[in-house]
Amino acid sequence: MTTDNKIYDVMVIGSGFAGMAAAAFAVKAGLNVVQTGATGGIDFSTGFIDLMGVHPMSEGKRWKNPWQAIEAMLKDHPKHPYGYLSAEEIRESVDMFTGFLSESGLEYVGHDDRNVCALTPAGTVKRTYRLPKSAWKGTEALEKKAPTLIVDFHGLKGFSAAQLAETRKKTWPSIRSARVAFPGSSGELFPEHMAWALAEPANREKLAESVMEHAADVEYIGFPAVLGVDPKPVMAHLEELTGKQIFEIPTLPPSIAGPRLRAAFDRGLPSRGVRTLSQKMVTGVRIVDGGMFQFDVGTGVAQTTVTAKAAILATGRFFGKGLQADMKTITEPVFNLPVTQPESREAWHRELFFDAAGHPVNTAGIEVDDHLRPLNEAGEVAHENLYAAGAILAHHDWTRMKCGAGIAIATAFKAVRGLTE
Amino acid sequence: MKVIQTKVLVLGGGATGTGIVRDLALRGVDCLLAERRDINAGASGGNHGLLHSGARYVASDMEAAVECREEGDILKKLAPQCIEDTGGLFVAVEGDDEEYVANFESMCARSGIPARELDLDEARRMEPVLSDKLISAWAVEDGAVDPFMLSLDNLGHAVSLGAKYVCNAKVDEFVLDNGRIARAVMLNEYTGEKFAVEADIVVNATGAWAGLVAEMAGAKINILYSSGSLLVTQDRLTKRVVNRLRKASDADILVPGGTVSVLGTTSITVDHPDHCRPTVAETNTIIEDAKAMIPCLETTRYIRAYAGVRPLVLAGDGGDARSVSRGFSLIDHARDEVDNFVTITGGKLTTYRLMAERTVDMVCEKIGVTAPCLTRTEPMPSSFKGMWTEPGLGPRAWIQKRDENDLILCECEMVSRNAIDFIIKNMDESRGSSMLQAIGLRSRVGKGPCQGGFCGLRVTGHLYDEGHVQDEQGLDELRTFTERRWRGFSPMLWGLPMVQADLQEALYCGALDMELPDDDEDMTCGEES
Repeated sequence: MTTDNKIYDVMVIGSGFAGMAAAAFAVKAGLNVVQTGATGGIDFSTGFIDLMGVHPMSEGKRWKNPWQAIEAMLKDHPKHPYGYLSAEEIRESVDMFTGFLSESGLEYVGHDDRNVCALTPAGTVKRTYRLPKSAWKGTEALEKKAPTLIVDFHGLKGFSAAQLAETRKKTWPSIRSARVAFPGSSGELFPEHMAWALAEPANREKLAESVMEHAADVEYIGFPAVLGVDPKPVMAHLEELTGKQIFEIPTLPPSIAGPRLRAAFDRGLPSRGVRTLSQKMVTGVRIVDGGMFQFDVGTGVAQTTVTAKAAILATGRFFGKGLQADMKTITEPVFNLPVTQPESREAWHRELFFDAAGHPVNTAGIEVDDHLRPLNEAGEVAHENLYAAGAILAHHDWTRMKCGAGIAIATAFKAVRGLTE
Repeated sequence: MKVIQTKVLVLGGGATGTGIVRDLALRGVDCLLAERRDINAGASGGNHGLLHSGARYVASDMEAAVECREEGDILKKLAPQCIEDTGGLFVAVEGDDEEYVANFESMCARSGIPARELDLDEARRMEPVLSDKLISAWAVEDGAVDPFMLSLDNLGHAVSLGAKYVCNAKVDEFVLDNGRIARAVMLNEYTGEKFAVEADIVVNATGAWAGLVAEMAGAKINILYSSGSLLVTQDRLTKRVVNRLRKASDADILVPGGTVSVLGTTSITVDHPDHCRPTVAETNTIIEDAKAMIPCLETTRYIRAYAGVRPLVLAGDGGDARSVSRGFSLIDHARDEVDNFVTITGGKLTTYRLMAERTVDMVCEKIGVTAPCLTRTEPMPSSFKGMWTEPGLGPRAWIQKRDENDLILCECEMVSRNAIDFIIKNMDESRGSSMLQAIGLRSRVGKGPCQGGFCGLRVTGHLYDEGHVQDEQGLDELRTFTERRWRGFSPMLWGLPMVQADLQEALYCGALDMELPDDDEDMTCGEES
């Protein structure tokens, strides 16, 4: 067990999109930052940044312009987390976040006032706001319905080029699929290993050669997202070798999006002075002298004690362990904050999983004041210097509204702003 | 319309219906089995999988107790591949009815059911999860049966002897002529296609749907629909079947099923056999009640729930002279002035063979066949159709056959791509409308902790790769498969299963937009307004 004697300005609890964004914004604002949390969540991300796509959910109505969608949604859901920010603040937060990622070597692209279409590994077309640059030409090919080859690999499960081509061919007759061997390997393949293997230029040459047997008459070639932990040089080389436009399609988790985002944060955060206690959970918290927080992080000999003047709770929902459910109720385990929730477990979920209206439990979460400070049972600010950000907040259904990354980034921005004002 | 001629048309592909066609085929009678959906779609696939020793019924129904004992012995001998001969316990805890406990031994003796009293410490050594508040424990000869393998093996044997089988075939209409069913018009509910069957005799073995089917022939059976829910634990908690030693009630039996245990059941009256699904309230009740017997049932991880409908034939009906027991009802619809129509319903999985035998005896008498029943002595061969339902087979086959080009598609239950190809090869036309659902029914796919979240997507991809599904069909099947899993998954979402459900929604809705209709036409990404 160790004790960190430094007193930090802020402890960011969580390392999904919200935690990473909070750490990036806080360090940019000149604060001394310590960050903790298991990084599981990001490994399950596609890497797309959704802002706002669907409203009303029950009608499944998709919006081309995310800003208009936010405005319309807030009229019906005034307590949605976006309601704590102005549109300008939300825009600034997303630009600042993607700017940070670009500076750290992970480029994001998109339109200012328009959602874009992106292919998913299921063969569906998803609307999102910002894409990793490696996926951008897929959007182009899809919108133009250009002659395109989707490639998959022997041994990479959960990504079927045939499935993509079959589900899209109705309106995209020139889409085709091919399965090839991945250079120098047999048996089961994993995206991260494949990405490392393609750091080797000789492997790219072999890959280009086997793909070109199937790609003579296409303009675009789409690959599962395995084209390097840093895709830029790999894709440039493949375009040069094939003479085709190359793009990536996300794979099922655990995908390469996680390692890429993590690599960007690893480049961007410690170098700016953020102390990261990665893969560790907060196991205890106390209030010490003058209202500061003292956290126990991790367990056993690896436990560390950290003191901070303020904290941002960005622990996510059930998957991130920010919320916990037992047979009767939902609780918040770190600060034991009250959780707004349906009356009983009978009301948590609907009969159909794909019910367009979404499950009532999805809007469960913690309540906050205008500065995103969590409220206690009495409806008062629980701690002067405790803020919350991301999916743990109540009154949204990010999976159906398509606003997950947007909420994470915008509320992280707002929480840091509250902290520095 | 296509017309199929056969001697006997059997309706319903559950344990009884498949048992009947095997019995008919063994007697050399030409027959066709028609199933509305796929094998065991009703109560045959929604029960405990308990092979009763008979001890359960010693107080309430002595005849049923004796039948269970005899049939249990026959199945253990003739279809050992479908049975795990686990043995069973009956245990009572503090607060249970002591008079019932005191009478148990003599009641068992009266029905000839072997039962041996156990020292309480010995009982807890045998099953360490038992409560320390035991007051009585007995060893009996209960076992576990795999109902899917049982029906698939029955069918496999019948087909090898010349019986015919058709899935996705629901009775649409009986054409009656002169007090007989002249033809049955069958409908494929998925494609809308119809065909007709002309048979000398029609057997209604549709379980909980028997009353509705009989009504189409103008015959009446008074059936009460009793829905029962069961819970599946992630781990196998006991070696043996454990029964609560008390008057039969809710939540008092825990049956091992390979690598899991199954706890149940409840009894809730529903208004239609299609209206059955496990609920949050039942889940709570079952756990609350059963924890007195096995305390860790309150804290163990559950995988899913499922439900089946028991058809309870009301008193005054099914009291046909040929009905051998209150356990099941065999009805000759000559009483309703339909001469060539017979219904068999009620009963238990354990006595399915006897039900089939009695039914076929009645059928044979009507059509003048004198060949004797052979299912009492003829072993049931193991078939390729049923073998992959066995829980341990996936991992065993994977380790034994290690093929480096094979891939595990279902990681929870270790079902590999080669195994799935084998299942597809052996199910030929004998499957329901959805390929994915049919694979799920014939294997462990979707039955582990992920509840289909990952394996559903991976198997779908493989079906596209192999050309088994086209266009958006695979995605539609995946949605249906996911909804079927959700019925059993949603009542028990707390602890880790809640985390799993959160992840599944993030993936299917957050990342893949599968809850939204595919708007292929509009690539402008939505409306302008």
